[in-house]
Amino acid sequence: MALEKPYQDIPGTTVFDGDMARIGFHLNQFCMSLQSEENRKAFFADERGYMSKWPMSEEQIQAVLERDLNRLLALGGNIYYLVKITMAEGMSVAAAVSTMTDMSTEEYMDMMKKGGRSPEGNRYIGESE
Amino acid sequence: MAKITAGVGTSHVPLLGRIIDINQTDTEEWRPVFSGYDFTRQWIANEKPDVVVLVYNDHANAFDMKMIPTFAIGCGESYHPADEGYGARPVPPVKGDAELSWHIAQSVIQQGFDLTIINEMEVDHGLTVPMSLMFGQPEAWPCKVVPIMVNTVVYPAPSGERCLALGKAIRKAIESYDGDLNIQVWGTGGMSHQLLGARAGIINREWDTAFLDKLSDKQEELAKIPQTEYIRETGTEGSETVMWLIMRGALGDNVKEIHRHYHVPISNTALGHIVFETKD
Ligand SMILES: [Fe+2]
Repeated sequence: MALEKPYQDIPGTTVFDGDMARIGFHLNQFCMSLQSEENRKAFFADERGYMSKWPMSEEQIQAVLERDLNRLLALGGNIYYLVKITMAEGMSVAAAVSTMTDMSTEEYMDMMKKGGRSPEGNRYIGESE
Repeated sequence: MAKITAGVGTSHVPLLGRIIDINQTDTEEWRPVFSGYDFTRQWIANEKPDVVVLVYNDHANAFDMKMIPTFAIGCGESYHPADEGYGARPVPPVKGDAELSWHIAQSVIQQGFDLTIINEMEVDHGLTVPMSLMFGQPEAWPCKVVPIMVNTVVYPAPSGERCLALGKAIRKAIESYDGDLNIQVWGTGGMSHQLLGARAGIINREWDTAFLDKLSDKQEELAKIPQTEYIRETGTEGSETVMWLIMRGALGDNVKEIHRHYHVPISNTALGHIVFETKD
């Protein structure tokens, strides 16, 4: 029996479940290595070369190079791990988060200041306008 | 005899720790956020808890994908703040109460909760930010801590029912401890937030408020909320709020709410805070 996923009808949301953890294991462990300053330096000096130490897929490597967080989520990346890449570049978590939405960072921050994104119309795929 | 006298719920947003560390809590921007803790800081200075049982989750800082304990208890003598990628927070090391921790571990495991026992670990903002919110910036923390770490990062997090029941088991464990200790239980994390995907930024003030309203005497109802509802209504990371039920379970049947604070936003997150005194 496949894993039960009652959250699959939530729009714009990737739940980090067992399937994601499985396909993203090496990607996330690579992200974790960026906790150390020495590794951050080695990564930024040669990103592709540094990532070759983990058996990541070419798609995952490409998505890291492009800092495509939505793609990385779909490829098993967990957000707490992924932001280690963007934080190492001095990007705030909120700015990194905004890149996954259809808004600019300014628009996203502005939405948050005004009380955030409403759950109305955002609970089920297809329910909004 | 050891006694649980109070419970505290609070968000543990890392940015709040940062603002405390750089002494910006009194600015025009941050005053409305931190003033919601003025009451609690004064109250806790009078209460002087000996030990805080502090429920939190790690955020890929002290733990990675190698090991993911669903419920774990720290049984060490001390815990150092983790380097979360920009240097460890400039806060004192957290003092453990190893004897009490081992007592709780034994009792709770024998009551049917197979806790993971951790003797050595670092602690991230999930634990240190609540300490800073309640105690400010002391040279040394004024109480010991028993960390209860919960997995909320990898689906599934434990259910609300298990969290509430774990709290009740912790209460039983503490009631059978000989040391004459004033103990508080804190539940941390949440409230609404989603840090990922096209739906990032979701905030559900109504849902969060209803949760706070029900926490004092409808905890059994709250415990039935499935993780998917937390995610749907309050965001993927909003599901951290389930940890508050461990705190509530540890307080016994009757509590009195003595303080509440809610603020939107802290960066991506809705901040919730509540204080309960136990009544028996
Ligand atoms: Fe958290």
